[in-house]
Amino acid sequence: MKVIIIGGGPAGCEAAYRLANEGIQVDLIEKESTTGGHLNNWYQLFPDRKSAQEIGQLLRANLEHPNIRLHLNTEARNLQKTAAGRFSVLLSDQGLLEGDALLLTTGFKLFEAQRKEEYGYGIYNHVITSVELENLFSNHLLQLPEGKNPKRIGFIHCVGSRDEKIGNCHCSKLCCITAVKQAIEVREMLPEAEIFCFYMDMRMFGPGYEEMYREAQEKYNIKFVRGRLSEASETLDKQLVIKVEDTLIGKPLKMTLDLMVLMIGMEASEGSREAVRQLSLNQSPNGFIQSADPHYGTNRSNQKGIFLAGCSTAPMNLTDTLTDARSAACEIAAYLKQISSSK
Amino acid sequence: MTTLWGYSISETRSIDYDKNDKTFALYLAEKVPSSKLCIGCGSCTATCTAGNLTEFNIRKLQMLVKRGENQEALNNLSKCMLCGKCLLVCPRGVDTRKMILTLIQYLRK
Repeated sequence: MKVIIIGGGPAGCEAAYRLANEGIQVDLIEKESTTGGHLNNWYQLFPDRKSAQEIGQLLRANLEHPNIRLHLNTEARNLQKTAAGRFSVLLSDQGLLEGDALLLTTGFKLFEAQRKEEYGYGIYNHVITSVELENLFSNHLLQLPEGKNPKRIGFIHCVGSRDEKIGNCHCSKLCCITAVKQAIEVREMLPEAEIFCFYMDMRMFGPGYEEMYREAQEKYNIKFVRGRLSEASETLDKQLVIKVEDTLIGKPLKMTLDLMVLMIGMEASEGSREAVRQLSLNQSPNGFIQSADPHYGTNRSNQKGIFLAGCSTAPMNLTDTLTDARSAACEIAAYLKQISSSK
Repeated sequence: MTTLWGYSISETRSIDYDKNDKTFALYLAEKVPSSKLCIGCGSCTATCTAGNLTEFNIRKLQMLVKRGENQEALNNLSKCMLCGKCLLVCPRGVDTRKMILTLIQYLRK
């Protein structure tokens, strides 16, 4: 019995390892030169500040398993269900794989911040994304292009999320806690700076998250202002000015910032969208692949033999992604057992 | 401002954070560290005896101080009757009563 997994991010790696441990042959396809996906762009994880690279290496090491065949630098070009109910996948290197089940761990795409033009990303000097800030953390350097330390930093929540004007009504779920984590990291690098988070709701859904938010307020002196950024502008001397409503006071507020960090949200990846087209899968209105059932069939698609895990179905944090991958492995193993006994 | 023609210029309602004086806010954060823990839920205001009879809004008052909107906060400070019910209901354990006392103390200095 053989399973083809498309996408070598955390979900794909974890599912591959769990399936392999059950004695199932796995082909894992990854378009990049290494596995790990978006995890590779991360410095530390919330809420415990564990090194992201450490987890990435663990997941990578697990793939050195006799039952796993890893295809790096390889794209899945053509996905087909065969007449016999199996699956064939044509690869970018012209290889052709066949499997008894297909697992889509096609992940997510980061929101392109320049689409939110009024926030000035790509136009003004001191606007960066949350992912770029992670890179700065990796390099242990947080300076303005002029070589100065920023004195006031603002984190803007919900960029590309909960925003029907750009076509995303969903919540990306983990930007809130990411902002809290990053604000704390910035505080440690810049003890004197003034740090703000501009939020609509603080969605602290995971274990330890609310505690981290509390600590950010009390110990790290991060200030939280409830209000969505309406616009940012830049003065002649390249100073950022932002306008929000302080909704808990009920007045418009303006302030200058030295650095503005946009908490960019998650969208369905190109890979997920392409899989939906090629395999006639159900799609949620937000573009992610729709599960067969929101409670009991989260890893099943509307097509028999095609399974889903991780951010192919919805924005998910790493914890939930890995859990979802293990759940998918369990579901697939049961499916393979069922089809082999009915043969 | 004299209004020769019967017109005047409206003052902006907007909070100008850069221009506002934040020494009051810094004093509050230093003397009552728990004040930083407010999540704006409003349970203090809902239970407030003074707030049910007057415009007094303790949640908003401390937020005004934090943004440096001191005058509006000061105008309302004396309405508090210091009963401390707000302290009982706060889910984050903010010492609201001490917060008011600290603000009054600061003004007396």
